[in-house]
Amino acid sequence: MTSTFLPDERTGPDVDRPPPSATAARGRGRRRAYHWLTAVGFQLPALVLFVVLVLLPILFALYAAFFRWGGFGMPSDYIGTENFTRAFDDPVLLGDLWRCLVLVVLSVALQLPFALATAVLLNQRMRGRAVYRMLFFAPYVLSEAITGVLFSMIFAPGDGLADQILGGVGLDGLGGEWFADPSMVMATLFLVMTWKYFGFHMMLYLAGLQSIPKELTEAALIDGANAWQRFRSVTLPLLAPTLRISVFLSVIGAIQLFDLVWVVTQGGPDHHSETMAVTMFQFGFKRYQVGYASAISVVMFGISLVFALAYQRFVLRRDLEGATTTMRGGGK
Amino acid sequence: MGDPALSRRGFLAASAATGLGMTALSGCGGDSDGGGSSGTTTVEWWNISTTQPTKDVWAALAKQFEAENPKVKIKIVQLENDAYKSKMTALTASGKLPDIFHTWGGGVLKQQVDAGLVEDLTDRTKEWSGGLLPVAKEPYLIDEKPYGIPFDIGMVGFWYNKAHFKKAGIAAPPTTWSGFLDAVQALKSENITPIALAGKEKWPGMYYWAYLAMRTAGADALGKANDAKDFTGDEFVQAGRHLEELVDLQPFQKGFLGAAYSTPTGQAATVGNGRAAMELMGQWAPVVEADAGKGLGDDLGFFPFPAVEGGKGAITEVFGGGGGHALRRDAPQAAVDFLKFFASAATDRRLVEKTGVLPVVPAAEDVLTDPNLQAVQKQLKSSTGFQLYLDQAYAPAVGQEVNDSVAALIAGSKSPQQVAESITKTAKEEQ
Repeated sequence: MTSTFLPDERTGPDVDRPPPSATAARGRGRRRAYHWLTAVGFQLPALVLFVVLVLLPILFALYAAFFRWGGFGMPSDYIGTENFTRAFDDPVLLGDLWRCLVLVVLSVALQLPFALATAVLLNQRMRGRAVYRMLFFAPYVLSEAITGVLFSMIFAPGDGLADQILGGVGLDGLGGEWFADPSMVMATLFLVMTWKYFGFHMMLYLAGLQSIPKELTEAALIDGANAWQRFRSVTLPLLAPTLRISVFLSVIGAIQLFDLVWVVTQGGPDHHSETMAVTMFQFGFKRYQVGYASAISVVMFGISLVFALAYQRFVLRRDLEGATTTMRGGGK
Repeated sequence: MGDPALSRRGFLAASAATGLGMTALSGCGGDSDGGGSSGTTTVEWWNISTTQPTKDVWAALAKQFEAENPKVKIKIVQLENDAYKSKMTALTASGKLPDIFHTWGGGVLKQQVDAGLVEDLTDRTKEWSGGLLPVAKEPYLIDEKPYGIPFDIGMVGFWYNKAHFKKAGIAAPPTTWSGFLDAVQALKSENITPIALAGKEKWPGMYYWAYLAMRTAGADALGKANDAKDFTGDEFVQAGRHLEELVDLQPFQKGFLGAAYSTPTGQAATVGNGRAAMELMGQWAPVVEADAGKGLGDDLGFFPFPAVEGGKGAITEVFGGGGGHALRRDAPQAAVDFLKFFASAATDRRLVEKTGVLPVVPAAEDVLTDPNLQAVQKQLKSSTGFQLYLDQAYAPAVGQEVNDSVAALIAGSKSPQQVAESITKTAKEEQ
């Protein structure tokens, strides 16, 4: 454990030097201790904070999930896995899982391709490119709460900007109850999420696109590849690491979605836009069934963990091994 | 690596220590340094009056009390509503409450009383508390003993637009449920949205069910059902059916399932802007209607929740609540003196005049000039039964389940029977 703090073991050039004298060794010993102390000194505050504020609460939630506990005092009413069986019997929580899946699929199938298309467009030389980039990225800078308030006004039935505009161009029929209609609410929510997040993914893709050497596209051009072929066979494969990270962020974001939903609908109408995080909040902070809420948070943590590990193992591994530079699996 | 069981216990001890540390930290704020060296007593007064003009009025009252009692210092701690609630739960867990603290009575106060943290005021306030409005004292009675002194009381009823009612040809506000349903239909046939409802927030919808349950099963039924953890009685299902009758008429504004209460497109604004004829809301409704919308001025009227034909309840039984102060166990005499000062006619007049609360001292009624608030006050004074707001009367989980189930009933996804069963199930889960 301590050896990782010792700078001398990682500095290669030392090896070639002549053997040090005794006084130098003592001096180095002191320096070593000094380095070690510095490392500990710098890391300790962060480590303590991490343990107290992150690690212990996670472990404690895991522990509390096995109790019927109202949040006062220490949990004492041990009920085994009852909280978990209750969670997986609860139609609302099962609905949360389904809605999470829907959001993930919609994000990956619609939002990310849209962001990619915009990024490719804005990667061309064009007038006002920086302005467009900034405009599309701007929503991401807004806090989720502000976005929520903004869109609950825009989509207010009848009075809202959306209905007014649709009415103004004679499309009254398309106006609707947006967030208030159980069958519309997820679609409206996804629209807002896309508005807010596609700029962020677009920025990721732009950064990825700019790291692709021009020579490669030029070479493809000389080989007679048309625009689609250049995109399909040069740009896309080289952008793959960025895409994989962006999908990862998107999925994790969908699993823990809370602020936006809470501000706009509080999970309603009638649970039709509720997410796991909202359900957890309802039980933990509204009903004071902290044990059950902990169980929900553990389920969320488990899903995120399994997804993150599986994703790293099966998808991101290629990036970690440097698949873009070693021509491994070139046929694919 | 040692014995895993040991390290697990070590972790538990560590987390317990963290938990205790946290409560101890939050407890610090609650410590009152009463009994100073110079013989002055410092009384800590925790309240939730963070908004103006109440904040200044209350601070001035504390100053006045200090001037009249030179040996007492009042230390005011003001917290916003939700922050106060969570802080108090932490303090309750730590076992030490402030000298004087805000309370809504009901289940939370009972919890604190059961934990032995609250002073029984029976003897210490006997000589002067008798003059207070009986219905105002109701929320703080636990086993017939007073544990709090009110400074505010209010109730829920229908706030309606007189112009709309006139246009729909409704001569007088309905006093029966069938009369009410007729009025809703009359409004609808004039293309007036009868009722504004904040479906997103759930609690405004719960008022309908709670009142209907009071009207069908009687004023004390909701309390009894909570004690027995059984809401499946026929009358509760009946209450749900009556609510269904109303919902079937589609009386609510467009998009009500997504509407909030006090936002510019919410329930209060919809009524305040004349776009719906009525709302079921507490005595604060006129203020919020004028704040979120234009306000109705002289067109605004108030009528109590109608009686249900054949029900056990009466139209004179009220659903409401207010605000009061309780004392920690063994609070100094100065704290009792302050309660007496705060509940005096002179103070109450100032509160009614300046902060818009309803009088809890009958002598202070002369400064209540708003005709609508006078109507509410009249209803409160002549009330024959009382039910505290369910979110204060019930354990939080049960209160939330009532809100949630009734919201589902209004959205059409739960039947009256299922509502009764869901609430019962949640009530049974709470020990």
